[in-house]
Amino acid sequence: MSIFVAVQSDDFCLASEYSELRRNAACGAIVTFSGLVRELHDTVLHGMTLEHYPGMTEQALTQIATDALNHWQLAAVHVIHRVGRLKPNEQIVFVGVASAHRPAAFAACEFIMDYLKNRAPFWKKEHTAEGDYWVEAKASDQHALARWE
Amino acid sequence: MIKILFFAALRERLDCEQYLLSCEGNTLDVASVLSQLQSRCQNWQQELSHTDLLCAVNQQLVPLTASVQDGDELAFFPPVTGG
Repeated sequence: MSIFVAVQSDDFCLASEYSELRRNAACGAIVTFSGLVRELHDTVLHGMTLEHYPGMTEQALTQIATDALNHWQLAAVHVIHRVGRLKPNEQIVFVGVASAHRPAAFAACEFIMDYLKNRAPFWKKEHTAEGDYWVEAKASDQHALARWE
Repeated sequence: MIKILFFAALRERLDCEQYLLSCEGNTLDVASVLSQLQSRCQNWQQELSHTDLLCAVNQQLVPLTASVQDGDELAFFPPVTGG
């Protein structure tokens, strides 16, 4: 079982992460998720800035990954989250889970994203044609936790 | 001293990133620290009264009933929006 957590301004490479996750011979399934900066419906998005709480962020992500390892039999968990200024269509977050069989990998990947959305101290500020705005938290993200509790 | 940090929209609205509070060796609960901060001015009163405000002591999310003491790092921030 291994956990890899990174908070970084640099982009990440899906192929490299996938290769790392494949290294364990006990692994029969890999599920990956990547989140991107998406354009807005009502205005032009120039980009966004991701702020975080250095130190707490890494601890929170490691805790979430550890909780996933305690729930399911997993071979490896990778979580990468970018911070700083990002342009539309850039990658923000990566979660990769390797396990013996697919149900655990699918479930753990969703679990990690649901908790990351609610517990990891990141904040998005959108830079739009109309001005700069902090993104409001969504009730739907909070409700997503109910299925794990 | 208790080191108090503010993040994101809250930091901007308070125009404050870090605030040092003397607790004279006493253990306080987060709620009482919050009311001391709220009493500074009307803006702080308003911004620190949002019911969805989150807080962390030594980088762990905690409820307002949690204790803080000398040397602790306390942080207040709006609901998180990463991912």
